[in-house]
Amino acid sequence: MEGENKPLAACAAQKVPDSRPDPAGLAIRTVGLRKKFVDKIAVRGLTLDVPRGEVFGFLGPNGAGKSTSVKMLLGLVKPTGGFAEILARPAGDVETRKRVGFLPEHFRFHEWLSGEEFLRLHCRLYGMTAPLISKRVPELLEVVGLAEHGRKRLRDYSKGMLQRIGLAQALLNNPELIFLDEPTSGLDPVGRLLVRDIIREQRRRGAAVFLNSHLLSEVEITCDRVAFIKHGEVLEVRDLRECAAGELSVTMRVANWTQDAAQALARWASAIRLEGDRLEMQVISEDFIPEIVSQLVSRGARIYQVSSRQASLEELFLRIVGTDGGL
Amino acid sequence: MRGIAVIAGLTCKEAVRRRVLAASVVLGLAFLVLYGFGMHLVLSRTSETVLRQPLIRRQIINTLLVMGMYAVNWLVVVLTILTAVDTIAGEINSGVIQAVATKPVRRWEIIVGKWIGFAVMLTGYIVLLTAGVLLEALMIAGQAPANFGRVLGLMLLESLLLLAVTFRAGASLSTLATGVAVFGLHILAFLGGWVEEFGWIARSQTAINIGVLASVFMPSESLWRRAAFDLQGPIIGGFARGPFSIGSVPSAWMVGYAAIYLLAALFFAVRRFSRRDL
Repeated sequence: MEGENKPLAACAAQKVPDSRPDPAGLAIRTVGLRKKFVDKIAVRGLTLDVPRGEVFGFLGPNGAGKSTSVKMLLGLVKPTGGFAEILARPAGDVETRKRVGFLPEHFRFHEWLSGEEFLRLHCRLYGMTAPLISKRVPELLEVVGLAEHGRKRLRDYSKGMLQRIGLAQALLNNPELIFLDEPTSGLDPVGRLLVRDIIREQRRRGAAVFLNSHLLSEVEITCDRVAFIKHGEVLEVRDLRECAAGELSVTMRVANWTQDAAQALARWASAIRLEGDRLEMQVISEDFIPEIVSQLVSRGARIYQVSSRQASLEELFLRIVGTDGGL
Repeated sequence: MRGIAVIAGLTCKEAVRRRVLAASVVLGLAFLVLYGFGMHLVLSRTSETVLRQPLIRRQIINTLLVMGMYAVNWLVVVLTILTAVDTIAGEINSGVIQAVATKPVRRWEIIVGKWIGFAVMLTGYIVLLTAGVLLEALMIAGQAPANFGRVLGLMLLESLLLLAVTFRAGASLSTLATGVAVFGLHILAFLGGWVEEFGWIARSQTAINIGVLASVFMPSESLWRRAAFDLQGPIIGGFARGPFSIGSVPSAWMVGYAAIYLLAALFFAVRRFSRRDL
């Protein structure tokens, strides 16, 4: 039985990890983080671990508490309960911010500055030395493809250019942890590709990236793990490295379906639905399919056809979060 | 301290880039030209016989000086509130503050840095205008305002006080509400000053008390009234009466109280900004 359970344990979704990793190895650690505004609870109790060097997707419908959670982690919003640590220091710690980068969702900046001046300003806020500033600013302008536009005022930038300069601003200090709040919302496909490459480069150099995005296809490509949140709580955390987007949609044509077979199946699959002789289910890995077939046959079911396809992150999102939008 | 210097520099740069400073200086220079022309006109149209009497001549010039400083004072009050009204509330509302407040800068450094940036610019502006009035008085009338240094200090204190109050309101309210609140407070203080003055003329202790109470609530106008009294000099101030003369003189205690009020407003601005969600 132990051997049978192994793949399930390796790939299963986690609600809240039972044994949490060493806090020193974590970029983000929250326990029961909560924010109550006067008229509503924005975050009910966020419990989350994000290891250093991981690209972590933070997914949820509008109003799920994603931005409030990010703001609490950055010290912009004061939590009303629980606790949060960033790079093993309390969230909001001023010294820790030297090692953190942040691209805000609405990328509103001092529009009367030029792109170059804007980056220089933020370098100075980080306390960087003049020689380092002179090196980093042109470097970053080049990375985000704005080398030709460094002297232009931000008020003359397009939405995509503002997002790029905001991204450059978030990388000035070679941060160990980067928060990207909707980093591709204003970008064209070329810009999205650029962001994808930048995220990969950050992971390669060991930085953790906390990605808050509605573009699930982007998340699917770039993230190591994702958390689905709704009403300010983590519903599930999925490891996309082990399970691609997560689940497989499996369809079978079966006969002699019994309650016993249904009970056996519940251990291996979820979202099980039988319509006539058509049986549909979600499984975590295709390694489970032979075992499922074997379990069903041993309980007297007759199987005429089996087909499977990879569920997209979007399907997974809709299944986990639901279609009510969480509002 | 690094954060304060960066934010102060940014504040000054913004005033320059947005042409707030240029517009203010042009307005100030236009005032000085008009004022100089007006002073010249008044003195040239006044009969020689009148001007030969030293006390009357001194009173005419003094009245012109107080009028000039009164205009400078209003110009500074309006500019202080208008230029600073959006700096905190506006940046919070637009989200501009988010990229700054997530840097290794303490929130109090943001407020103090902004305040210092504005204070430096306002100081330069007040010195420019008051020095302009002083020079014109010397060149056209051959008479310097009395107690110029003290008057300059009082006007500066009034401006910095209003700046701190604007910061305190901006840390809690929207841009519009901040403007309404600070102008409202200053107008209240202004009216209180007039009530106190009428009370002094009519010998009504109740009116004087109402005026003092308004000054305690918002001491900005009492600083101007003290400055106007000092500007008149001890002899003229003692007997002359008119719309710009001061009878009920705010004491040195009131000046001290205004300084404490300024520090308290700045302290509560920092405290509110440090505690609020951005």
